[in-house]
Amino acid sequence: MSAAEAVEANGAQEKILNIENVSLSFGGVKAIRDVSFDVMKGEIRAIIGPNGAGKTSMLNVINGFYHPQEGSITYKGETRQDMRPYIAASQGIARTFQNVALFRGMSTLDNIMTGRSLKMNSNLFWHLWRWGPAENEELDHREFVEHIIGFLEIEAIRKTPVGRLPYGLQKRVELGRALAMEPDLLLLDEPMAGMNLEEKEDMSRFVLDVSAQFGTTIALIEHDMGVVMDLSDRVVVLDYGQKIADGTPDEVRKDQNVIDAYLGETH
Amino acid sequence: MLYREAGQFKTNYRADQAVFPIRQDFIGIAALLAVLFLVVPFTFNDYWLNAIMIPTMIFALAAIGLNILTGYAGQLSLGTGGFMGVGAYACYKLVTIFPEVNVLIHILLSGFFAAGVGFLFGLPSLRIKGFYLAVATLASQFFLEWAFGRVAWLYNYNPSGAIEVPNQYLFGVAIAGAPASSVTRYIIVLTIVVALALIASNLVRGRFGRAWMAVRDMDIAAELIGIRLLPTKLLAFSISSYYAGVAGALMVFMWLGAAEVESFDINHSFLILFMVIIGGLGSILGSFLGAAFIWNLPILLRAMPKYFGADINAATVEHVQFMIVGGLIIFFLIVEPNGLARLWSIAKEKLRRWPFPY
Repeated sequence: MSAAEAVEANGAQEKILNIENVSLSFGGVKAIRDVSFDVMKGEIRAIIGPNGAGKTSMLNVINGFYHPQEGSITYKGETRQDMRPYIAASQGIARTFQNVALFRGMSTLDNIMTGRSLKMNSNLFWHLWRWGPAENEELDHREFVEHIIGFLEIEAIRKTPVGRLPYGLQKRVELGRALAMEPDLLLLDEPMAGMNLEEKEDMSRFVLDVSAQFGTTIALIEHDMGVVMDLSDRVVVLDYGQKIADGTPDEVRKDQNVIDAYLGETH
Repeated sequence: MLYREAGQFKTNYRADQAVFPIRQDFIGIAALLAVLFLVVPFTFNDYWLNAIMIPTMIFALAAIGLNILTGYAGQLSLGTGGFMGVGAYACYKLVTIFPEVNVLIHILLSGFFAAGVGFLFGLPSLRIKGFYLAVATLASQFFLEWAFGRVAWLYNYNPSGAIEVPNQYLFGVAIAGAPASSVTRYIIVLTIVVALALIASNLVRGRFGRAWMAVRDMDIAAELIGIRLLPTKLLAFSISSYYAGVAGALMVFMWLGAAEVESFDINHSFLILFMVIIGGLGSILGSFLGAAFIWNLPILLRAMPKYFGADINAATVEHVQFMIVGGLIIFFLIVEPNGLARLWSIAKEKLRRWPFPY
C-alpha cells in the first residue's frame, strides 16, 4: 500500500503544499504560466515534462529561490505570495540539485553535517574552545548523521572529500545532506540523471525507503519514465511552462496531450 | 611503519573528531611545541629570533586570519594590511589612553577594533563576489592607509607621523619597547599565536567552519540548507580581521618597536595573500608553512653566497633573490596549486601506505 493510499484510507487528505496559479517570467521569457497543483502529505509526486518545460523553475519557486510574479504558494496551511530560501529551509523543505551541488572541498561527513546547520545553535563562545555545549552538540549531530550514512550505505566514504567521489555516490551524498535536514518535503531534481541501471535501482530504493521509513513527502523531477511511473503516486506534466496533465501514472500515460508533448505533434 | 593509523581504533565519536585523530600527529605537534617553547629561546641568538622566528609567527597569524576569510569562507580580500594597521593603531591608542593596563591585554583587545572595521568593509560582500569584492576590499585598504597618514589623532600628533612603542613591564620584566629582550618577546608572540591558531582550528572544524566552507563551495546550496549568507560572511570578515588586527599589534609592539603608514600598505596585503596561496587555501597548517616559506626564503637566499664563500655584491644578490623567489613561487604553483599544506598531506598519505605504492 503506497503512502497516498494510506492517507486516503484514513479518509484525511492533507495538502502539505498547494501551488495556485503561479506564473514566473524572466524578462520576456515566460518560464511558468498559470500552473496549479498540490502535493499531499506523505505521497511521492513526480513533475515531468520535456526539456525547458519549467520543472526546475517550479522547484526553485517552491523553495524560494525564484519569486513568481503571480499566484500563491500554500505550505503547511500558510499562504504566501512567494517563499524565501531561509523560510523554506527552516520550515522543512530540502532539495537536491540537477547538477550535483555538493560542497566539493568538504568530506562526505562534513557535507551531511552541514545539512544539520539549522538544528545547531550552540554559540560562538563555546565553539572557540570546542568545549561544553559546542562539543556535545557536534557529537549529538554526528550520531544522527551516522544514521543517515548507514541508511544510504556510504560508511566507507565518510571521510573522503566529495570532489573525489564518482558521480553516483555524489548524488547519494547529496540526498544524505538533504535528509540531514529532516525535511517534511523533499524536492529531488533529477535524482537519477546520468546513472546506470544499477545506480538507478539503488536510488529508487532509497527514495521509496525515505518515503516509507521517514514518512517524508517527496516531489521529484525525473526523465526516466520507467522510474517515474513505478515510484510516484501522482504525476504532474508540464510543457512550455503550462500544466498539460495531472493524475496517477496510468492516467497520465494515456493522456493525449502528454503523448503529443513527448512524441511531438505537427502544429 | 612509523606513521600508520592501523591499530588505533576509535570507539566513540569524540575520539574520532579530535584535532589529531592519528597518534603520531599528536606526538609530532607536541614535540614541535616543546622545541619551540623550551629549546628555541635558549639556543637561538637575537638575530635568529628577531629576523626569523618572531616575524614568521606574526605573519603566520595574519595568514591564518586571511585564510579564514579567503581560504575557508571564499571571500577574496586585499585589505589585510589595512586591518593589521587598525590593530596596531588601536593598540597604540589604547596604550596611551590607558597606560596602567597591561599591554598584552591591549594587544588582544585591539583585534576587536580591527574586527569592527572588517565587519563594516565586509558589508558589500552580500552583493559583490570574487574579483569585484577584492576591489571593494582594496578600497578599504586605501581608505585605511589614508586615515593612518592623515588623521593625526591616531599617531598622537607625533611630528614624524610614526607610532612608537613605550616601555612596558609585567612583574618587573620588560615586555615591550627597547628594554624588552628578544627571548621575552618571542615567548609572548609564540604563546599568542599558538593559542589563536588552536582557536582557529576549533572554529573551522565546528558548525561555523562548515558554514563558511559551504558558502565558499556552493553558496546557493548553502542558502537553501538554511545558512544565512550575510551573517556567515560578516562573521568570517570580523574574525579574520581580529586575527589580522592582533597580528598588526604584535608586529609593532613585539617586533618593530615603531611603525608608520608604510608598515601597513598594500604590499603587506599582497604578501599575506601570497603566503595564504603558497601555504594552502583552507588550511591552518598551510598558513604557517606559507608564512615561513615567503618570509624566510629571501633571508636564506641572501645568506647563501656568504656560506659558499662567493663574493657577490649586495645589489646582485638582491636581484638574483627576487628572480629566484619569483621562480620558486611559480614552480610551486605549477607543481601543487593547492599549496604546501596539500604537499604535506600527500606526503602523509604516501607514508601511511609505505612501502606499498597504493
